[in-house]
Amino acid sequence: MSVKLTTRQVGDVTVIDATGRITLGEGASTFRDAIRDLATKGDKKLLVNLSDVSYIDSSGIGEMVSGFTTVTNHGGQLKLLGLSKRVKDLLQITKLYTVFEVFEDEAAAVRSFA
Amino acid sequence: MAERDILLDSTLDSVEIAEDAVLHDAQEIGFREEELHQIGMAVRETMVNAVVHGNRYNARKKVHLSVLKAPDRLTVVIADEGEGFDMNSLPNPLAEENLLRQSGRGLLLIQAFVDEFQVRRAQPGGTEVRMVKYLAKAS
Repeated sequence: MSVKLTTRQVGDVTVIDATGRITLGEGASTFRDAIRDLATKGDKKLLVNLSDVSYIDSSGIGEMVSGFTTVTNHGGQLKLLGLSKRVKDLLQITKLYTVFEVFEDEAAAVRSFA
Repeated sequence: MAERDILLDSTLDSVEIAEDAVLHDAQEIGFREEELHQIGMAVRETMVNAVVHGNRYNARKKVHLSVLKAPDRLTVVIADEGEGFDMNSLPNPLAEENLLRQSGRGLLLIQAFVDEFQVRRAQPGGTEVRMVKYLAKAS
């Protein structure tokens, strides 16, 4: 199973609910295209909900970093919500916890954009 | 000691085949869920390197997968037929200036998830990666 992405608005924050695997191939490219589309159309507050993501490989991590850069370059912010222990471990190993703002609680994450 | 040898095409399908095969062997040895995840990820990243960066999806080149099972460890050897690379020439993915690079984290993850990791020039050409994961002793 690749990744499935659905978006919803919580105030002026766009929450992207991801389900499945973000790995090299379809999963990573789906994620990349979705973030680019949102950034291009002017969404500036993006919260990626990874609660239902079972697997991310280095390509998936790369797309998350690329998405972060794309959104930042468009004057926006991209933050992460609901990381599993495995994804947290990946961010620790790669030192990306110093790059991403990470939240456990959606309401707190949405408030942080204000 | 039991051994599995597979010759795989240079496609992304081979990444899944290799991961499934190694996980099957790892389960038989008795690795638990978290260790299985780490082994699967190390194999996946190594296979991606072999298919994408080593063989560059070349249909004439193969990826060689060997799995050696022992009661206390799993040894996985993955070799491509590419041009090889110098590990020392790769940018450090943990350096501040490289944190926002899109790629270059695969080897870092592999080394984090296995107990032994060696890269050497394969014969007659290409890169051979040897990984060992030890079964944690029951406490």
